[in-house]
Amino acid sequence: MYSAKLMDHFTNPRNVGEIADADGVGMEGNPTCGDAMKLFIKVQDNVITEAKFQTFGCGAAIAVSSMITEMAKGKTLEEALAITKESVADALDGMPPQKMHCSNLGADALRKAIEDYRSRRA
Amino acid sequence: MSIKYFDHIAANPLLPEVLDAMMPYFKEQYGNPMSMYDLGMNAKQAIETAREQVARLINAKPSEIIFTSSAAESNNFALKGMALARQEIGRHIIISKAEHHSVLNTARSLEKQGFVATYVPVDKYGMVDPDAVKKSITKETTVISVIHASSEVGTIEPIKEIAAIAKAHKIAFHTDAVATAGNIPVDVKDLGVDAMSLTAHQFYGPKGAAAMYLKTGQRILPLIYGGIQEGGRRAGTENVPAIVGMGKAAELAEAGLSGRMAHVRQLRDRLTEGILKIPKVHATGHPEQRLPGLASFVVEYIEGEGMLLLLLAKGIYAASGSACTSKALKASPVLVSMGVPTSMAHGSIVFSLGIGNTQEGVDSCIEEFPLIVKRLRDMSPFAKEGWGAMEAEGGNKEGA
Repeated sequence: MYSAKLMDHFTNPRNVGEIADADGVGMEGNPTCGDAMKLFIKVQDNVITEAKFQTFGCGAAIAVSSMITEMAKGKTLEEALAITKESVADALDGMPPQKMHCSNLGADALRKAIEDYRSRRA
Repeated sequence: MSIKYFDHIAANPLLPEVLDAMMPYFKEQYGNPMSMYDLGMNAKQAIETAREQVARLINAKPSEIIFTSSAAESNNFALKGMALARQEIGRHIIISKAEHHSVLNTARSLEKQGFVATYVPVDKYGMVDPDAVKKSITKETTVISVIHASSEVGTIEPIKEIAAIAKAHKIAFHTDAVATAGNIPVDVKDLGVDAMSLTAHQFYGPKGAAAMYLKTGQRILPLIYGGIQEGGRRAGTENVPAIVGMGKAAELAEAGLSGRMAHVRQLRDRLTEGILKIPKVHATGHPEQRLPGLASFVVEYIEGEGMLLLLLAKGIYAASGSACTSKALKASPVLVSMGVPTSMAHGSIVFSLGIGNTQEGVDSCIEEFPLIVKRLRDMSPFAKEGWGAMEAEGGNKEGA
């Protein structure tokens, strides 16, 4: 059902946890729907230097969280905003069709974290 | 790594004796049971022996057993066949909210054909209230179907009471006994049912063999038209080896029933006790009126599929009613009807035990499962602050 890469990110998720002094926090989903993600970022000179997550959800939701935090790190905010659900799914060597919304969740949580960072600076 | 298979509610392994009984009908006894020569008559005789064996398991007459391909077919057949045969009388059916999809979706398909269906809720234990069924009856009601025991929460329903209510109102009553037949004593006469579905792979028989009990004199329209197999009620060349296997499995189940029940009950109780030591884990279903081999829980703050995948990595096979583990991505209707919040229903986990399971296997599950729960909770935004964690900070409430 899942690719080896997705399973690797599920069983050995990268960047799990909170960032106490995060510059931006994005939340997406809710437990009623079965998946909820909280994504924390640190930003320096318009570049995401650190990203962490907490996720309630299936194997795919956890793997997406892990992958998107990896993808976001080192990117400028503009580059990070260009990450789509398709690019996350591709990075995980594909996802079953019924799980694509999990991938959406990751991209949306990241976008919200960036928006949160920008609104704090505004 | 040895396999710890705790998903007997999905399928049972085939007993070697059952396979041995089936083999001749795959090989030398290949005749069509409708044929008049010896090869045909041998196959026909084997089917009739199986019919007697299955009938004995549920205290029916052999002539009341119709072989089908699956429990889903039996459930479709019972509901559609009995409702359509009675549509001059009325077009209202009643089912419970604890039903399997093969009953639930059949009821929905009847609704699309102009029937009216009432879905009777269950209480917090997953139990159907016979009185609620009674109150749902109208002059138009022709069929009531209530599952004998839920495969998700294990609750054994008060079938005898509901069947008596149906009988008093001259309504045909069907029960889906897939989880019970061959696993606990099931007696169609004592229960007073008009129709019942059962399947071989729930009592160590093969897949592809199932049956419907239909009480003598009950009217039904076939689902499958064709030849005169199964008394003209279910056409199609019989799956002889599978039917033979079902018969043999029924015979062994009847003989070994009390021993099997004691074995799985002891393991279930041990497993339940071990798992309930984990904080924020709740047993689901009725504590006493339940399947002897089924232990079911909801685990707060985490989701079922993650648990299943991590259990699998330890060689432990289980099931979940979580939406994410189903391709339909819908929360379990029975858990929702029981009043379990949807967020918690996603943390459903079901272990169903069988005769091949051992205490060592159960103990290794008791040892591994808390670690898996901890690992997933360490990732969950809710584990520290509870379910409100994201709302408090204004987390969005839109659906995914």
